[in-house]
Formats: sequence, C-alpha cells, structure tokens
Amino acid sequence: MGQEMIETLQRRVNDDQGLVRRGRYLTTSFLLEVGATPWLISIFEGRIVQVTSGPFVMPSSSFALRAAEEEWQKFWSSRPPPGSNDLMALIKRRVLKAEGNLQIFMSHLRYFKEVLAKLRADGAAA
Amino acid sequence: MSAKFEPITGRYMHLDLFGRSHRIYVEEAGEGTPLLCLHTAGSDGRQYRGLMNDARVTSKHRVIAFDMPWHGKSSPPAGWHDEEYQLTSVQYTTMVLEISAALGLDRPILIGCSIGGRIALHLALEHPESFRAIIGLQAGAHVDPYYDLNFLHRSDVHGGEVCGAIVSGLVGPDAPDKERWETLWHYMQGGPGVFKGDLYFYKLDGDIRGRVAQIDTRRCPLFLLSGEYDYSCTPEETLAVANSIPGCEVIIMMGLGHFPMSEDPQAFLAHLLPVLEKIGAK
Repeated sequence: MGQEMIETLQRRVNDDQGLVRRGRYLTTSFLLEVGATPWLISIFEGRIVQVTSGPFVMPSSSFALRAAEEEWQKFWSSRPPPGSNDLMALIKRRVLKAEGNLQIFMSHLRYFKEVLAKLRADGAAA
Repeated sequence: MSAKFEPITGRYMHLDLFGRSHRIYVEEAGEGTPLLCLHTAGSDGRQYRGLMNDARVTSKHRVIAFDMPWHGKSSPPAGWHDEEYQLTSVQYTTMVLEISAALGLDRPILIGCSIGGRIALHLALEHPESFRAIIGLQAGAHVDPYYDLNFLHRSDVHGGEVCGAIVSGLVGPDAPDKERWETLWHYMQGGPGVFKGDLYFYKLDGDIRGRVAQIDTRRCPLFLLSGEYDYSCTPEETLAVANSIPGCEVIIMMGLGHFPMSEDPQAFLAHLLPVLEKIGAK
C-alpha cells in the first residue's frame, strides 16, 4: 500500500464537512496496521490532525485495526468484492482484528467506516 | 403542489399473543392471493413498500406486512419497561400463525427476510400446510455471532447510530442512495435493545441446521433468494440450505445485499416476479 495514499487521508477526511461534523465529539488516536506497517492516526473533534507511519516503540492509541495488506487492498478497491466491502465484513471473515477500547470504535462506527473508505480508489461509498 | 397517496392502508390490530395483549400495526395493499411479508431484525414493515407500490404485484396479490411487537408502529406489551426483549423461535412461530389467522388469510404465500427468512425455514418444516408457498430471503440455517452484540444496547453507545452503522455494509453496492438510506433509517429508529433481542433468535435460539433437511417441498414449495453482497447470510450459506432440501429452488441475486426488497425494490422485483408467477401457476 503506497505511503502517499494513506497520507492523503487527512485531506480527504477534513475536506468532507459532513463527516467532520458527524465526528465532532470524537477526539482519539487509533492504530491502523496494513500488513507489517503501522500507522498512528490522530483525530481532534472529527478532524484528522496527524497521520504518522511506524515502526513505533510505544504507540499510545485507543484501539487498533489490523489486517493483511491484500485485505486492505481489496477493501480500498473501487468496487470491493463481496466480503471485502465493509469493515464488519472483514471482521466476519476473521481477517480484520479490532482490538483495544472498542467502545470508541463502535460508538463512532459510521464515522470510522467512512474515514477508512475515503482511501478507496474513486471514493466509493462506505 | 399536488398530493399523491400510495395505495397502502394501515390499521392497528389488538391481539393476544403469548398470553399478553398486543397492539400490532398492519399495512396492506392490493387484492388477490395473500402475500404475508416478514421484516428483518431491528426494522419494520416499511421494508416492503416497494412491493406494495408495484401494480405488477398488487394486481394479483393482497400484500400484507405487520410490524412485529416492539418494532415500527407496534407497541411493546405493557410491562416492557422492566424486561429484556428476546425473540424466540416459539414466539416467532406463534406470532406469524396467529396474525395470519386473525387476518383470516387462507394459506398465504409467506415471504420473510433475514430473521424472517430463518422463521420461514422453521414454518416450512413445522407448518407447511398453513402456506401455499414460502419464499425465504437471505435465509440461512444459522449465523455465528461475529461481533459483541452488547454494543447494540448499552447506554454509552447510541443505539440508533450503532444499529444503522452495523448493517450499513450489508446493503449491496448498486442500491440507489434513496433506498439505501431509507433502509438504514428504519434501523436507526428501532427501540433500545430491540435489534439485539431479535438477534437472540437469529444467532442463538433459532439454529435449524440439524433439521433443515427434513423440509418437504411437496407439502409446501420453498424458494430461497439471497443477495450476493450479504456477508451476514452469505450466498454459500443459502446454497448449503437449498442443496440439502430436495425440490427447493434457489436464486443468488447479483449485486444485491441483505435487504433486497428495501435497498433496491426494482432490482429485487426482477427476481421476485417470476417466482410469484410460478407459484400462481401451481
């Protein structure tokens, strides 16, 4: 997965006023692991304020989403195949591990689904 | 400004179920062979608005959808505020048969989706004489829980937001936005703990894997239609059920998801109308 692509996340999310508004009560950091590469994504009141790539020594985050690179590639394709079109579909197939304080993830589930779908090739819906 | 009315009418039925009085909302449209429609977990009868508004269906069928107790415009029974809602196979079976009888339906065609598709399998097995045909949408014999169901009902997670977000990916990719978000809105409107209580039947109590092969389609024809993009009840799971029941007809609907009649009524009707034709010709 191209480093440049994930670094566009900040702009893609912050340019979407509706998405930022839906996340306005959310301030947190989470880990996104694409295969062996970890990313620390920091959110302040719905806006992404920092996207940093690892490796990290002691990253602090509220939760982590971990999947193999090929799974994220399918999820981020412009028309994901069945079973790869949604975070819950990946979790159902046991290829995405969601770990940590999942209350934060689940209470903002629509937000996190839409944030990660922002990396799709043509910005297809979450 | 010109007002336009749909041909759907709604009424409230008072009926005793499981020894308690219930106020149940029932809508219908059309005339002809009764077609009794069962909605998915955590939603309500509005999911069948596409069928009730399509003259190709209503010219030959009396299409009826009720909101299950606790859902839509049906109330929970008195005393609900001190209980945890949990749907069981026995309650669900009783509810469908009693409501059908109370409406005076003569061997209706039954169509049910998701939990409605699961109870359709139970009814095909245990009460085939009560229906002229059964259509199961997104019907599988069992689904293992794949997330912590407690998140659907806890005070630090907004129930409407999480129920809508949990199921959003179950809508197929080609669904028109209007119908996609109408479908999700119904989920966002559910009462606290109701979706979770329905899933007690779907994921725990309603497991029919051990008995599904005993369904006799000579006593009641069975059709299973499932959307390609459903990861809750996958096409493989529907095909496994269909392959274990002699005479069962199965259709995998490409591009559709878990809520075919609601997420994309027109695409769904292209699959459903030939099935209704076939049932009508029997």
